[in-house]
Amino acid sequence: MTDLADLSIAEAGAGLRRGDFSSVELTDAALTRAGVTESHLHAYLTLDQHGARAAATAADQALAAGEDHGPLHGIPLAVKDNMVTRGMETTAGSKILSGYVPPYNATVVDRLSAKRAVILGKTNLDEFAMGSSTENSAYGPTRNPWDTDRVPGGSSGGSAAAVSVGSALGALGSDTGGSIRQPAAMCGLVGVKPTYGVVSRYGLIAFASSLDQIGPFARSVGDAASLLEAVAGYDPRDATSYRGDTPEISTLLDSGVAGMRIGVLAELSGDGIDPQIQDACRRMYDALADAGAELKEVSLPATEYALSAYYLIAPAEASANLARFDGVRYGLRVDGETTEEMMAASRAEGFGPEVARRILLGTYALSAGYYDAFYGQAQKVRTLLRNEFAATYEEVDVIVSPTSPTTAFAIGEKTADPLSMYFADVCTIASNLAGDPSGSVPVGLDAEGLPIGFQIMAPALHEAQLFRLAAEVERLARFDARPALATSEVKPA
Amino acid sequence: MPVEIDIAKVAKLARLALSPEKLEEYGAQLVDILEHAERVGGLPTEGVPPTSHPLPMTNAFRADEVRPSLDRDEVLEQAPQSEGPYFRVPRILGET
Repeated sequence: MTDLADLSIAEAGAGLRRGDFSSVELTDAALTRAGVTESHLHAYLTLDQHGARAAATAADQALAAGEDHGPLHGIPLAVKDNMVTRGMETTAGSKILSGYVPPYNATVVDRLSAKRAVILGKTNLDEFAMGSSTENSAYGPTRNPWDTDRVPGGSSGGSAAAVSVGSALGALGSDTGGSIRQPAAMCGLVGVKPTYGVVSRYGLIAFASSLDQIGPFARSVGDAASLLEAVAGYDPRDATSYRGDTPEISTLLDSGVAGMRIGVLAELSGDGIDPQIQDACRRMYDALADAGAELKEVSLPATEYALSAYYLIAPAEASANLARFDGVRYGLRVDGETTEEMMAASRAEGFGPEVARRILLGTYALSAGYYDAFYGQAQKVRTLLRNEFAATYEEVDVIVSPTSPTTAFAIGEKTADPLSMYFADVCTIASNLAGDPSGSVPVGLDAEGLPIGFQIMAPALHEAQLFRLAAEVERLARFDARPALATSEVKPA
Repeated sequence: MPVEIDIAKVAKLARLALSPEKLEEYGAQLVDILEHAERVGGLPTEGVPPTSHPLPMTNAFRADEVRPSLDRDEVLEQAPQSEGPYFRVPRILGET
């Protein structure tokens, strides 16, 4: 019999409703999987076994009473530890928030609970979501279930590793420059960054406010759609929340791609992309053409400048957002003679090297005399990029590319050189700058057995088109490989 | 143009009390990063307006009505130091 931890959300939901098993059994299967894999992976910072079982019991009772809250009812899920959870420690992977127990829930957490989902715990991340490998966590790195000598990607590496190995059936992550899509690619998962504003960020510990979005990790396109549908929608508590109708998400999953106009992004087709990844993507382009899609090459020259613009805009916004960690209202305090000394000492002690580096970079980019040359210019480049996307979407419905320039890299490989780490986001950043939805779907394994991700970008609020193509890519790729660690035979390390 | 950074001044603005060794290390890394980031200057942007936010939205207003806020005691419980209904901090003004 299949271990319950390996079921998709859709399969688990069907089993729950048939009475084949309970949410408590499903939750215990995920917790048992965590019990044997956590010593190998360190996907979680907090596992809330007691709270999860209580929520599962309540979900079972509701279902027995004829109350059905939809696809996530009774499903055990994980949440990245930069989304606050009332009564459950939330650290954002930082020493400065060690021991912080939030007095409120993020809106996404409330929405999952309202749908009767079971929250298993909080997953590891690069400190304040700043990183591409989950090595910047103050609590130690997360490892990739496909090869534990490698990174899971980042910054949402804990969520990716948990869903990949089966210690959660789905998870939420956040994506500022690729932090959902890149780890999804490296762990063989579906990951989606929705349109800016579609998911509330109330209770998401802010990194770069004009870029951050929350989105799902899942083992199938349909599961990712269910997760996104559960958390999407206007929230008056988030001033940047989109006030129009919530976009359609799963309406075109079965529509196929006949007549769909797909642009292949020229700037991400050659140099700098691992040849095995290029080949896997090219095979998918051919398969999509055979399935009736119309493919053509498109060029967005400003994407060549996206990485540079991002590494000015994101640190600038971070330097402002992280000013709130000053040892006054919450988190770490290191004593000082004056309040200013206390603040500077607390921040120096509480922030890790990458966070300090980005605060310094952002402070510099915003400071008098440099603002126009750096931050101001980056914002203009952002406009040029958005204009190029708008013109391209006159000709095509969606744009495709690889999700990541490489498959999962070795732990420690890039930590000494911040700039080389930043290049890990080269494929994903443009969608954040544009505010558009973008997702990754696994399309195969490289020669070393590591997953390869295929990226789909769509115009703002056209999630339905993104999911339409994602569903076809999933059907054509028939990616059903699982990491070796995802078996009940694995023993704790 | 070569990037020059007064890293000690930047650290002071950022309220980070870093050691001289750390300042030197971060300073050198920032120069590397900024020399790459300077590429943004290579695109012609005359007359291009900046994008500060990806959605065409103006301010979000709500009705001005009284609502419950977070519980004060629960919030103060997370503070490193509090006194009665206040956050407590070291002295703010310098004494000479």
